[in-house]
Amino acid sequence: MKTDPAATVRVKKRDTKYVIKSNIKKYSISIGRALLLFGLCFMIIQPLLIRFSTSLMVESDLYDSTIVLLPRNVTLDNYRIVGDLTNLPKSLINTLWTSLLVSLCQVVACTLVGYGFARYSFPLKKFWFACVVLLIIVPPQTIQTSLYVQFAAFDIFGIFKALTGAPINLRTSAVPYVLMSLTCMGLKDGLYIYMLRQYFKGIPKSLEEAAYVDGCNTMHTFVKIMLPDALPTIASCFLFSFVWQWTDLFYSRNFLSSYSIYSVQLSSIVSRMSRYFNNGSDAAVVVPNARQQQLIFVGVLICSVPLIILYIFTQRTFVESIAMSGSKE
Amino acid sequence: MSKNKKNDRDRWSFSESVLTFIPGSKVYGTMRSRQARQGVMFILPFIIGFLVFMLKPMAESVIFSFSSVKLIPGQGYEKTFVAFRNYQNAMGVDPYFNQYLVEEISRMGVNAVATIVMSFVIAVILNQNFKGRTLARAIFFLPVILSSGVLAGIERQNEFYDMMAGMAEAVGQSSGVNISAALQNLLSVSGIGSGVFDVLFQMIDAIYDIVMASGIQIIVFLSGLQAISPSLYEAADVEGCSAWEAFWKITFPMVSPLLLVNTIYTIIDFFMKNDNRVMERINTIMYGQQMDFGMASAMSWIYFGVAILFIGIAAIIINRGVHYYED
Repeated sequence: MKTDPAATVRVKKRDTKYVIKSNIKKYSISIGRALLLFGLCFMIIQPLLIRFSTSLMVESDLYDSTIVLLPRNVTLDNYRIVGDLTNLPKSLINTLWTSLLVSLCQVVACTLVGYGFARYSFPLKKFWFACVVLLIIVPPQTIQTSLYVQFAAFDIFGIFKALTGAPINLRTSAVPYVLMSLTCMGLKDGLYIYMLRQYFKGIPKSLEEAAYVDGCNTMHTFVKIMLPDALPTIASCFLFSFVWQWTDLFYSRNFLSSYSIYSVQLSSIVSRMSRYFNNGSDAAVVVPNARQQQLIFVGVLICSVPLIILYIFTQRTFVESIAMSGSKE
Repeated sequence: MSKNKKNDRDRWSFSESVLTFIPGSKVYGTMRSRQARQGVMFILPFIIGFLVFMLKPMAESVIFSFSSVKLIPGQGYEKTFVAFRNYQNAMGVDPYFNQYLVEEISRMGVNAVATIVMSFVIAVILNQNFKGRTLARAIFFLPVILSSGVLAGIERQNEFYDMMAGMAEAVGQSSGVNISAALQNLLSVSGIGSGVFDVLFQMIDAIYDIVMASGIQIIVFLSGLQAISPSLYEAADVEGCSAWEAFWKITFPMVSPLLLVNTIYTIIDFFMKNDNRVMERINTIMYGQQMDFGMASAMSWIYFGVAILFIGIAAIIINRGVHYYED
């Protein structure tokens, strides 16, 4: 092959031009990307910042139009008021233990079920999996009316009625909800079953077969081989379950109404304000809207800050496990 | 070949299914039925839960929706069959239900499309290499926490919020600060199809809601993007494919199967939100003064039917354009 010097020069010239052009393109793309991302991230973070600064303001600061972001008189009084309004230490402790208990039950049940769907062949498997999908799509609100009635007079095939003479009212305890969580009917359980099933399906079968050959029984294989492998996904299901249970209103209101749960307290905070501010007298006090809004901000902050702290430490588990289960579509 | 084999493994004849669970039968002791029984044991919690806490209430809820239910304190309830009257009342007599239903559904249609597009674009951006990518990913996923449950709707319930929004709108229109309104004026004056722009501006105004609703979808798309083998892009590059072409010929088709998953997730998520006015209305009917369980059930079923309809339509449209990559 023969190289033509003139052609080399031409190529070089074209190269520099190409380099400049591509550099301009590269930088403009990254600047545009940075702007877009910054804007969107700011939009997500900004409400948090505004809530935080508002939560520190004295009431008079709210009406001062010269104060936009930074409070003039910083106070922690609002936190105390909201704490009183939402029955604070107790309601958060209740939320904590119910969330832990419920998400633990959910994850244990969903792991078993997900494994069963991923690995075994049995009659009606497709039908039952269709039921899982149904569980994902039917909003729990659709069946809340009859669940309400069912738990007011709970009975399994008339057993309790035969024993004690009357069906038991379970609406005042956490038992129904724990039962539901143990049987995969809690908040978003269909989703967790689906996620875990996807994960278990991706584990090579030879791993279990080797264990069987070496004399492991089913339970042993499951606990010793499969569980450790699936631990990251299980952990993320647990975190999801915990976070969603923490903020959940629907199930908490319907099934945990006898405990003071923070989310329920928060949802009805406005109605309790006027009684709180009239200091025991009967006169109805109208709480100004801006003040109401400020106290709601405080309440939302109290609810979300523990979750944000949790998220900062477990961010990797959250994001990566979805990525893992999603990619094996 | 391998597919047939797999089907054989999963196929259960009726007699075999029954005999598997009868001790002493011909197939009881075989490896296959032992395995099947173990499998059923694993999913037993789900079967029990589904029958007791899902199927029964669902059936009851359907019956409720066709009857008039009266609660008797301490004793349960009493119901009388009224055929379709609850449905007629929900659609014809209740002053708000119809209106809310139409409003929420049109809002959902617009928001669902916007959420999918938005999350796809963000996922593509977050899949590129740049500084601070981990932080950006973490922030975009934050809404999954911040907009869940009680946190989603609580601020909307306050009148002050509406007032503030109204004021912002009024101020924006008078002084021209509101960019989308100004643009809207400009474009409608220029006479280009205003209906399309209305929808577009509705999306722009709702951008906060949309970003807040697209945490999970972004991650799902991101996982799809990461699963694409880099060798595809290398091959395309060697063949002289531009980045734009590579996006439409490789990235988009490879991720398209996830479109359906995400669309379904978005629609369901929207239906279950706390700030959904249809759900609010149903709750008012149920726990408010009326305590009309029959009508509330009828409303829930109408709403659910609409949701299924939407998911079905979305599935048909998406399945037509989706390319399924065979390994």
